[in-house]
Amino acid sequence: MVKSSGSDDARALIRSLRVAYSATPTTLKIIDLYVCFAVLTALIQAVYMGMVGSFPFNSFLSGELSCIGTAVLAVCLRIQVNKENKEFKDLPLERAFADFVLCNLVLHLVIMNFLG
Amino acid sequence: MSSASEETTKGSTLRNAFGGVLGFFILLLIGILAFSIRLFSVIKYESVIHEFDPYFNYRVTQFLTKNGIYDFWNWFDDRTWYPLGRVIGGTVYPGLTLTAGTLWWFLNSLNIPLSVETVCVFTAPIFSAFAAWATYLLTKEVKGIGAGITAAGLLAMVPSYISRSVAGSYDNEAVAIFALIFTFYLYLKTLNTGSLFYATLNALSYFYMVCSWGGYTFIINLIPMHVLLCIVTGRYSSRLYIAYAPLVVLGTLLAALVPVVGFNAVMTSEHFASFLVFIIIHVVALVYYIKGILSPKMFKVAMTLVVTIGLAVFCAFIAVLVALVASSPTKGWSGRSLSLLDPTYASKYIPIIASVSEHQPPTWPSYFMDINVLAFLVPAGIIACFLPLSDASSFAVLYIVTSAYFSGVMVRLMLVLAPAACILSGIALSEAFDVFTRSIKFQLPKALRMTDSSAGDTNPESAALPNDVKPEKHSSSDKTEDNLKERPSKKNRKKEKENIEKVAIKPKHEKKKRLLVLPLEASVVAILLLIILGGFYVVHCVWAAAEAYSAPSIVLTSHSHDGLHVFDDFREAYAWLRHNTEVDDKVASWWDYGYQTTAMANRTVIVDNNTWNNTHIATVGTAMSSPEKQAWEIFNSLDVKYVLVVFGGLVGYPSDDINKFLWMVRIGGGVFPHIKEPDYLRDGQYRIDSQATPTMLNCLMYKLSYYRFVETDGKGFDRVRRTEIGKKYIKLTHFEEVFTTHHWMVRIYKLKPPKNRIKGKSKKSKSV
Repeated sequence: MVKSSGSDDARALIRSLRVAYSATPTTLKIIDLYVCFAVLTALIQAVYMGMVGSFPFNSFLSGELSCIGTAVLAVCLRIQVNKENKEFKDLPLERAFADFVLCNLVLHLVIMNFLG
Repeated sequence: MSSASEETTKGSTLRNAFGGVLGFFILLLIGILAFSIRLFSVIKYESVIHEFDPYFNYRVTQFLTKNGIYDFWNWFDDRTWYPLGRVIGGTVYPGLTLTAGTLWWFLNSLNIPLSVETVCVFTAPIFSAFAAWATYLLTKEVKGIGAGITAAGLLAMVPSYISRSVAGSYDNEAVAIFALIFTFYLYLKTLNTGSLFYATLNALSYFYMVCSWGGYTFIINLIPMHVLLCIVTGRYSSRLYIAYAPLVVLGTLLAALVPVVGFNAVMTSEHFASFLVFIIIHVVALVYYIKGILSPKMFKVAMTLVVTIGLAVFCAFIAVLVALVASSPTKGWSGRSLSLLDPTYASKYIPIIASVSEHQPPTWPSYFMDINVLAFLVPAGIIACFLPLSDASSFAVLYIVTSAYFSGVMVRLMLVLAPAACILSGIALSEAFDVFTRSIKFQLPKALRMTDSSAGDTNPESAALPNDVKPEKHSSSDKTEDNLKERPSKKNRKKEKENIEKVAIKPKHEKKKRLLVLPLEASVVAILLLIILGGFYVVHCVWAAAEAYSAPSIVLTSHSHDGLHVFDDFREAYAWLRHNTEVDDKVASWWDYGYQTTAMANRTVIVDNNTWNNTHIATVGTAMSSPEKQAWEIFNSLDVKYVLVVFGGLVGYPSDDINKFLWMVRIGGGVFPHIKEPDYLRDGQYRIDSQATPTMLNCLMYKLSYYRFVETDGKGFDRVRRTEIGKKYIKLTHFEEVFTTHHWMVRIYKLKPPKNRIKGKSKKSKSV
């Protein structure tokens, strides 16, 4: 009895989540996809590390942190361009994107130092 | 109506512009003050590098300017830690040397031909001016411009910081404190604006801090602590996420770029707190996001589901983390960090850390000496930070609390406390002035009018206040309470605390915001007292800068009845070594003098101030505490030609080798158990007179220090220990004296060459 109500709840929850999420603007959905992709890549690398080992540690570190960093920066961008976020109302889109690009540039310049 | 408002806005912009220009000039003057108060050492002594570590930094900078950056990274130094050598490029924090090197290169490319030494001497004062400006920015983020300027002014001359940044004190802390404050400023700026641009700058500034000083672990632990505090107290915002998450990723990567940190940035426990909080903030961010898009009812359902699953995952994660930490050696903590958490750790287990005086816990007077009146203003500042509590002001409170704890563990971490104390005192002073000047401003016209109309009124403001039209009305009962409280409190800090408390309590009691007004006389007196307090602070700081902290310690002076005496023995000795010994000769001395010997005498040393190899230091300690023959054997096995001892008995220089000798015994005994500390003590007392133990009287250090000493005054009276020495006529068999400086402060001995077999045989036969 309890279990069935729990699964009902879960189903209702997933439905309402889907409904709520479908209201998100397309640009934000694209960013979400990007974040998911980055997190997935990070997970794959972590699993690979678990299986094979982290021997060239610099490669592992840069690969893992580049994925996580990309995801984090994209989340920051998403927070800033989200219309519903009242805190960033007077932040123009272009400024947010320029900051995002700058931060990514720094991140990947650093990552490049770990290659090889 | 509109024209009037226009006029007022015009007036206010004009006033703002005027205030801006004034503020700019005040800050400029503060910068000049911060620079010039540190020049006492140059004026009173000369433009030289101070103490021990700065000599190493100076030598590295010289190498950098001569050979370029790539050779610097690959530099293997064979003139120290003989025969091991030291990889300089991978074991120094390069921030300071790179800064000074860049500065030198820049000035030279502008055709300003300064020597490397000059640039090194003045790096610290320049950066303390920067630090004062960074403090202004940081405090501005916390409590506004007024507090910022006050804090900058306080920091420009806080004695604790002066002690590490006088001209010539060319050490990591000189630039690191600026980097520390600037990183904190950028963090708060990001937190207040939520801009990714500042987050990037923050990470870069953190990188500079990691380059400069091992104290960067303070940042990477304090910021997560603050984030956690914000989350726990329900102050999470997306700005917090933007301020923290990019910093961890970028900061970790950048820190791993610095060779001396390397992969420690992800491997050691000092950094784990930041990763843990990084995960927590993501969970929290997700929860807030879902909460935002779901209806409250559905959110409740989601919570119950997630909490059950999340708890299991969390437990598993903690288990993995604990296993990771436990598997690493010393549980992932380095000795210095452990001695932070447990103040008694170092003295129990690592004599080499405990032997350094700046790693000892500070005494109470040193707090008063180093931060002076700030110690009394800080509590008021903490209270001011709570009214109202913002993200930035909670950071300031957290900063002062943690740094106050750490300063209690190690003297040298007092340096981290000083900026925090300045910031909070600046806030306190500025708030207090705010209240007092406002009271005067609102009551002065009233009082004047009152005295005009009724000159005979005994107490003008008591009549004036209750029916004042202005918003800051006061009930007379409150006011009398104020008066009562004001009168007895002679100490300013109490006054301020009460006032600030009142400012804050008022708006809470009534919804309408009311400003506090104090009686006119009380506020005038309070302002006068505050100014006197500030005056005491300035006088103390100038005294500390001029008298206490500007001695370079390689040149000593003493005042006596017949004038000033200068003891320049160290440079005399090093110059002798430079000119009278072979380039490849090895010089043995206690590790304190290693850096100076390599930098000034350019001779190879066995151990130096970078105490990375305990066994090597213990070997030298053992040699110093052994009898002459064994010591000769040890030194000979290390290829040593000369032995250098520092002796203060003739002129009364207290930090000489005899006073450090027990540390040599302890460190030596820690590795070579045949050296036992009790052998050198008579009934637990360390003495060098006739009561001293035979082991003590026969050890090398004793002999080298007191050899021929009796010839100076006929009695052998040691002016540091204030006794006559125990063994007056010392014969050296394996060492010969080659040089003793003018005041006997440095004595250099040469190892005699091994005797020929024939001679040994004949001697044997003679003795038979």
